[in-house]
Amino acid sequence: MRKLTSPQLKSSYDVIIVGGGPAGLAAAIGAKEAGAESILIVDREQKAGGILWQCIHPGFGLHHFKEELTGPEYAQRFLKQVEEEGVAVISDAYVLDIDKERQVTLMSSVYGMHSIKAGAVVLAMGARERTRGAIHTPGTRPSGVLTAGLAQKLVNMLGYMPGRRIVILGSGDIGLIMARRMTLEGAEVLGVFEIMPYANGLNRNIVQCLHDFDIPLHLSHTVAQIHGQERINAVTVAPVDDKLNPIADKGWEIPCDTLLLAIGLIPENELSRQLNLRLDPVTNGPIVNSAMETSMDGVFACGNVVHIHDLVDFVTQEALSAGRNAGEYALGQRRPGDNIRLVPGNGVSYCVPHTISTHQTHTVYMRVRKPHERCSITFGEVYEKKLRYAFPAEMITVTLKPEFLETFHGDALVVDVHDRE
Amino acid sequence: MVYDVAIIGGGITGSAIARELMRYRLRVILIEKECEIGAGTSKANSGIIHAGHHSRSGTLKGRLEWAGNQMWDELHADLDFGFRRGGELTVAMKPDQVADLHELKANGEAKGVTGLELWDKERTLKEEPNLSSDVVASLYAPTSGIINPYEACYSLIDNAVRNGLELSLENAVIGIEWQDDVIMLNTRKGRIATRYCVNAAGLFSDEIAAMAGAGNFTIRPRKGEEYLLDKRLMGIVRHTIFPLATAESKGILVIPTFDGTIMVGPTAQFVDSKYDRTTSAAGFNEVFDSVRTLVPGISPRDCIAQFAGLRAVLESEDFLIGPSSVRGFINVAGIQSPGLTAAPAIAKLIVEILADEGLQLEHKENFMAQNPKRVRFAALSRREQMRLVAANPSYGRIVCRCELVTEGEIVDAIRAGARTLDGVKFRTRAGMGRCQGGFCSARVMELLSRELNVPFTAITKRGGKSWIVTDREERG
Amino acid sequence: MNATLTHYLCIGCPLGCRLEVEDDGNDIVQVRGHQCKRGENFAKEEHKDPRRMVTTTVAIRGGELPRLPVKTAAPIPKNRMQDLADELHKVVVTAPINLGDVILANPLDIGTDVVAARDIAAV
Repeated sequence: MRKLTSPQLKSSYDVIIVGGGPAGLAAAIGAKEAGAESILIVDREQKAGGILWQCIHPGFGLHHFKEELTGPEYAQRFLKQVEEEGVAVISDAYVLDIDKERQVTLMSSVYGMHSIKAGAVVLAMGARERTRGAIHTPGTRPSGVLTAGLAQKLVNMLGYMPGRRIVILGSGDIGLIMARRMTLEGAEVLGVFEIMPYANGLNRNIVQCLHDFDIPLHLSHTVAQIHGQERINAVTVAPVDDKLNPIADKGWEIPCDTLLLAIGLIPENELSRQLNLRLDPVTNGPIVNSAMETSMDGVFACGNVVHIHDLVDFVTQEALSAGRNAGEYALGQRRPGDNIRLVPGNGVSYCVPHTISTHQTHTVYMRVRKPHERCSITFGEVYEKKLRYAFPAEMITVTLKPEFLETFHGDALVVDVHDRE
Repeated sequence: MVYDVAIIGGGITGSAIARELMRYRLRVILIEKECEIGAGTSKANSGIIHAGHHSRSGTLKGRLEWAGNQMWDELHADLDFGFRRGGELTVAMKPDQVADLHELKANGEAKGVTGLELWDKERTLKEEPNLSSDVVASLYAPTSGIINPYEACYSLIDNAVRNGLELSLENAVIGIEWQDDVIMLNTRKGRIATRYCVNAAGLFSDEIAAMAGAGNFTIRPRKGEEYLLDKRLMGIVRHTIFPLATAESKGILVIPTFDGTIMVGPTAQFVDSKYDRTTSAAGFNEVFDSVRTLVPGISPRDCIAQFAGLRAVLESEDFLIGPSSVRGFINVAGIQSPGLTAAPAIAKLIVEILADEGLQLEHKENFMAQNPKRVRFAALSRREQMRLVAANPSYGRIVCRCELVTEGEIVDAIRAGARTLDGVKFRTRAGMGRCQGGFCSARVMELLSRELNVPFTAITKRGGKSWIVTDREERG
Repeated sequence: MNATLTHYLCIGCPLGCRLEVEDDGNDIVQVRGHQCKRGENFAKEEHKDPRRMVTTTVAIRGGELPRLPVKTAAPIPKNRMQDLADELHKVVVTAPINLGDVILANPLDIGTDVVAARDIAAV
């Protein structure tokens, strides 16, 4: 690949995109499609592409490219397209601030500090991993306790092993993927422990990453204690009671030299908080309307910064739309506001976007709180979608058409999940 | 070569003593068993400069607490570490506790502590609206401060080194002998000869004293668990909040730290091992149950990190400072709370004791009291940041996103002596925020590897066997 | 011959259908539980000849990174995965490498090539 050169920075852009991962790259394509001419992506890594570079496993692109790609292939394709479209990409740079007039302050070691005017802004900062502190696992604080994503970077990009005898806490996808990676690299994965009674990752990863390698998955179990003064040397694992507290006398000790944490992602909203955007306490991301616009005029958001996705294809889909809307906004096109609030009801943890309008087709992303078999998702009385099963780990997408929405005359549409007989 | 003074232990006490001794024409060495300064008790505590009224007058603690309290402003001006006098409130949650506040006030005033004020419920809630409305009254103490204790250690040692201190890290004293009137310290890295020896070995000061035959005391470790909360809660309290000790509670504090996080703790529990720095589910529950009676808005869900420290406790519960039965061997033991507050006063006291014991003190006219200002990017104005980045591009590269720490600051820290991930973390805050190093650890390792010219596999979290990565074992 | 009923979790898409394969001991009699043709095909293949794509990394010299991600150009028999990964541990390539470059042609007679999954520029 051609080395990305450092483009000349202009004093204003139609659209500035914060973050050059899958969301940011797709948003740039979307903005271009909408007619935006000058687009700038600001990425903080050495090379845009985000987490895709370290996700060397396949499973990307089935929806978007209609073929199965690995993370690096997906990133490279997107970056190439973005470059060909004339989008300016600067890496190793950081957005410090965005003011009400969308004056963006960015900093990099190459460019120094700059203030640049944006017609519209797209936030695409992604997510970070939850850490031990968030679940306050008791015990010592040795080295060798790290997030699965950091381990993935060490193994796949930097070429080091985080250890040889591995215990994984949490059955999130990154944890499952790393169980396979570590095994293929010659480490011994002693087990995956999940505090919930169901797995948190995708089924295909349970099959291909655990079953294929005979790695045990212990549901309703957690790490109750971390041992080791300097380097971790064991963990105590135990089943949990119905309040998710470990049952101490049923616990056992597993000697190990590494504990990988795959206990979930949190949207990366430092900047959103700084801008005082309205945030959803469930997703921890900004509240967005059907244009993926946040509570701040002309500031859009997409991808994991809004809510955690399990498939990059959905990130791409959402980001294309956010980018298109940002592009239109920058060109002065305003669409009518939304008239319906989506309210997560029975068994539904959240819906994105948070508002929709009657006269358009919408893709609604949502998650259920617990597993269901044979269930329906209902939008008030206007629409029902039947599902054979629904899992918290798998995001559900529902397409809502105007023909249904036009029959609704309220301003708050409650979204419920029901079991069917 | 014979040193004038050898200090055993590089915690806050040893660091303060070292810096104080460097004002004089002396050859001083400090021996620390860990690979970074301040890595034991000094790193893992509440980070409070106590107002001066909590310890009883008549105790050594009581005297040195207030004396030490008053010395921190000058140290802060000279040495540049995180410190602010934010004030504290001791709160009465029941009417029958108000008398205790009066007693506390009288105790403080007897020691000369200034500015103490009793606030009624209304005033208390006006100043701290997020306190529980059960609060009855409070005692305000403006002299109380918050400090980054590890930064204080680094600053004191950096300054002492600038003024000629010799530092022997990752070195432990394993035996003590005498040759005529010279003390011979047998260490892991060889023999060190000294005329005077200051035992500031914290948790291990009893073992060091026993090696020297210089004291018959026992240190019991008393563990304190602390929990750090997300910056989202910044401002939930403005002052450090102390409950009054009751039968049920040992006193869990709410501390607005210098860097904007809220810390809650500590527990207080005697443990058997001097290495037992484990946190526990019981400690977690104790801390949050207690704290939520004071500040109901605090939730366990906001916890981003936890740690435990060990206080070095003597039977007397007081400090033990003074010459021993062995000539030239000075003990500084039992320095538990308020030891951090008292450290500068302890240092002055040690200099006096050494002089009494015959050490010749001659002022060094070229003593440099000040450290060069450290760059702290996040604390600068936009204009200052701009100037800095223009002058040195490495300050324009953010490494730690949560705490906005730049590559330049990390390189500065490594050049100032950081050798480990924790060393960088405690000097710069990189990895201390809500992602706890998830993003920046690999970058910090790259910088450590580059600056120190060591492979990744040689980098540790905090020395010893705390390795981070191993080489890939190519099979085939 | 004994008739068997075997269960598989479909991995064709995130839906993860629970598949059931009825076998009379000789041949597949019926596949149930799928929602698409791909699911049915997956059940048959998983029952008769399970295959997987292998993705891993190999060492690369003189590049902007020390590891190059690689993948099999087509899925390989499931029980050969570790063999192939071990074989790839011996490989060292030299930058520059382009996406799609063949790193090993039909290693271990596995029936497909191992190809580079990204560009890595020389430095």
